[in-house]
Amino acid sequence: MSIVINHLTYAYTQGGKPLDPTLKDLSFTIEEGSFLGIIGHTGSGKSTFVKHLNGLLPCEKGTVVVDGHDLSQKSERKTVRSLVGMVFQYPEYQLFAETVFEDVAFGPRNMKLDESEVKSRVENAMALVGLDQERFSDRSPFELSGGERRRAAIAGVLAMHPKYLVLDEPMAGLDPLGRREILALLETLRTESGCTIIMISHSMDDIANHATKVLVLEKGSVLMYDTPQSVFSHSEELQRIGLSVPGITKICIELNRKGIMIPASICTEDEFLTWFREGRQHA
Amino acid sequence: MIRFDNVTFQYEKADTPALSDINLEIREGEFVAIVGHNGSGKSTLAKHVNGLLLPTQGGVTVCGMQTSNEDDILKIRQKVGQYIIASPAEITGNGAPYRQKVGMAFQNPDNQLVTTVVEEDVAFGPENLGVQPSEIRERVDEALASVGMTAFAQFAVHHLSGGQKQRIAIAGILALKPQILVLDEATAMLDPSGRSELLETVKKLHEEGMTVLMVTQYMEETTGCDRIIVMKGGKVVLDGSPADVFTHTDILTASNLIPPEPVIVRDALRTMGYTLSDRVLTAEQLAEELCPSL
Amino acid sequence: MRDITLGQFVAGNSVIHRLDPRTKIGMMILYIVMTFLVKDIWFMSIPFLYLVLELILSGISLRYILNSLKPIRFLLILMFLLNLFFTKGENVLFGIDLGFWKLTGEAVLQSFFLSIRIILLVAGASMLTLTTSPIALTDGLEKLLSPLKIFHFPAHELAMMMTIALRFVPTLMDESDKIRNAQMSRGADFESGNIFKRVKSMIPILIPLFVSSFRKADELAIAMESRCYHGGDGRTRMHQLKFRIDDLFAILITLAFVAALIVILVLF
Repeated sequence: MSIVINHLTYAYTQGGKPLDPTLKDLSFTIEEGSFLGIIGHTGSGKSTFVKHLNGLLPCEKGTVVVDGHDLSQKSERKTVRSLVGMVFQYPEYQLFAETVFEDVAFGPRNMKLDESEVKSRVENAMALVGLDQERFSDRSPFELSGGERRRAAIAGVLAMHPKYLVLDEPMAGLDPLGRREILALLETLRTESGCTIIMISHSMDDIANHATKVLVLEKGSVLMYDTPQSVFSHSEELQRIGLSVPGITKICIELNRKGIMIPASICTEDEFLTWFREGRQHA
Repeated sequence: MIRFDNVTFQYEKADTPALSDINLEIREGEFVAIVGHNGSGKSTLAKHVNGLLLPTQGGVTVCGMQTSNEDDILKIRQKVGQYIIASPAEITGNGAPYRQKVGMAFQNPDNQLVTTVVEEDVAFGPENLGVQPSEIRERVDEALASVGMTAFAQFAVHHLSGGQKQRIAIAGILALKPQILVLDEATAMLDPSGRSELLETVKKLHEEGMTVLMVTQYMEETTGCDRIIVMKGGKVVLDGSPADVFTHTDILTASNLIPPEPVIVRDALRTMGYTLSDRVLTAEQLAEELCPSL
Repeated sequence: MRDITLGQFVAGNSVIHRLDPRTKIGMMILYIVMTFLVKDIWFMSIPFLYLVLELILSGISLRYILNSLKPIRFLLILMFLLNLFFTKGENVLFGIDLGFWKLTGEAVLQSFFLSIRIILLVAGASMLTLTTSPIALTDGLEKLLSPLKIFHFPAHELAMMMTIALRFVPTLMDESDKIRNAQMSRGADFESGNIFKRVKSMIPILIPLFVSSFRKADELAIAMESRCYHGGDGRTRMHQLKFRIDDLFAILITLAFVAALIVILVLF
């Protein structure tokens, strides 16, 4: 199964009149089990796009079909919302319940699951994000540290057992350790539960290291949709639209400038060091 | 210009001190980065510089003034006339004199802008100091120009991007004519282009003579600084030039920090037998030193 | 939603727009006095004429005034009917006399009179908010109220609170939008169920919004302190409010209307 986006176009309205479209004729398929990184300048339509994946914004022109559920059908929205989990920027701002347990249980309870199932899902989700049952269940989410609150909020989405997890800048504002924990969690989810990850990020290094596919949005249109190796080999084009490239790519560009022929597809540390170790062969 | 003498600070409800026995001296015109993981005490340190927090033990001296001494504050207030000469009104708020010398920008650009219209917000600081209207006008125009936001003077604040808001916040601080600029994780909530806009602005101000203290967790932002102070558990664990600090990648890693990519690659290549000097901090420098040996 | 601010200011550069906010507040007070001096429906034409004059000079479309009356339409109808029923009178109209109630000429006149007074009051107040930006209004109020400071009236604090509120309305709107989206993604349902259920379903939005407002207030206070804010004492303003010749004219014209009204009321 997969998410199929077909000719999706969307324009916000102001005072009853439609503005210039934020999304223009997007068509592509997000394969199940992939890790999709979405990059684009602020205002390129990334956030607007992901809001279509669970029907927060209506499909006015074009279609979004999640595992066969067409989101143009209003009745399908509820089903799709339990299939597609959404972690927005600074998700800790959505915490509201008296205890961490109650907050994480909000999603599963909205799905009308029975209480024993809710309990096991909450426990499961808290364990996944590394929040200890005993210590955190009965505490107020507002007493936690910044990193813990972020993880509690993510647990609230994971407890709904989404098949597709959409994250908008999930590491924003975290320190390097916090960033690494979240990335490790995403990898675990993908490899162990087969969860499809769709992540918006400004960190090209994280995208290069983790994504299996990269979507580049520019002014609401798809500029590229390919593997990270291929996308980041177009560094000039990315920089032209105001995006940066992974740290390793920057080094490769400098080396190229000095006349050293290093394959343009190298965009991670591992690939870079392997190339050196293997005697710097042309790819 | 700023001196920390045996400064220890403990938050009221905390079990352990947030800062323990800090000794530091920051000289005029320096561009200093303070780095550390969450809870390392770096923001607490920054808040001591303008007297938002007062040390539990020890003392902080800013431009020769003790931030903690009540008597001193009164003496200072009499002397302070020289830099608030434009103001006929008496300054009454506690600590106001330091704060005029030490401008501070914070993490969330939204939560530090006070009024709806850009230029009115920039005017907020000098208005508080009781500066004459015509001079406020000059200061506002000057401050907006130096952050490159002149064209936005009449804009509503909530129509700006994060990076633009943060530059307005800096303009609001510049209008106070401070000698020290403290940035408390001011880049953390910005996107890459907003971040580089802000860093460019700060670099320019530093070149014009401003002493800058930048608290951050992004190591790649620090390579252009004069000096990096690495904090861990309320203590200073490293203090030196970027070239110096980045030779201690082991200490950085132990402090939950990640060195910039070129430094990581540099160290990895060294173990493979390439000769690279400690000066290698950026992609350009790496390529330059690597080339001859390839 | 994003552009909503308190009030309903329509930007413009008319004579009325350019008046000092203090003048406009003064004009509105005098205008209110006029509408209350009038005790007879026919003399209402004087404040009405004044309002029409102001409307023409301001270049504001009549549509905005009508819009400002929309929220009170039920109140108007209710008041009209109540007066029709409960005003005592002798002059029975159309022979409608049901014994316990009769339609009298006095009641009809009284109903119209009170409705027109309320319409004029609301329309006049809208003229002020339509032609004066909320910021200018705040400044004007602060200046007008500042003499009360000797009685410890917190004029500056009130104005600062209004300024900050205006600044943060769009920010909080944005934020409530985001939280709503997040909770909807967790399966929250804000649209169905009875009124109690709906109010209850708002809790997951309201609590985060409160928490975030408190955090914002905290951070803003620190930022303001860092920028040397220490209350209103010794504070100056970049934009000084200035009375100009137009303000004098406006006040004189308004006073002329009041005087004319008083003369008419005394004579007739």
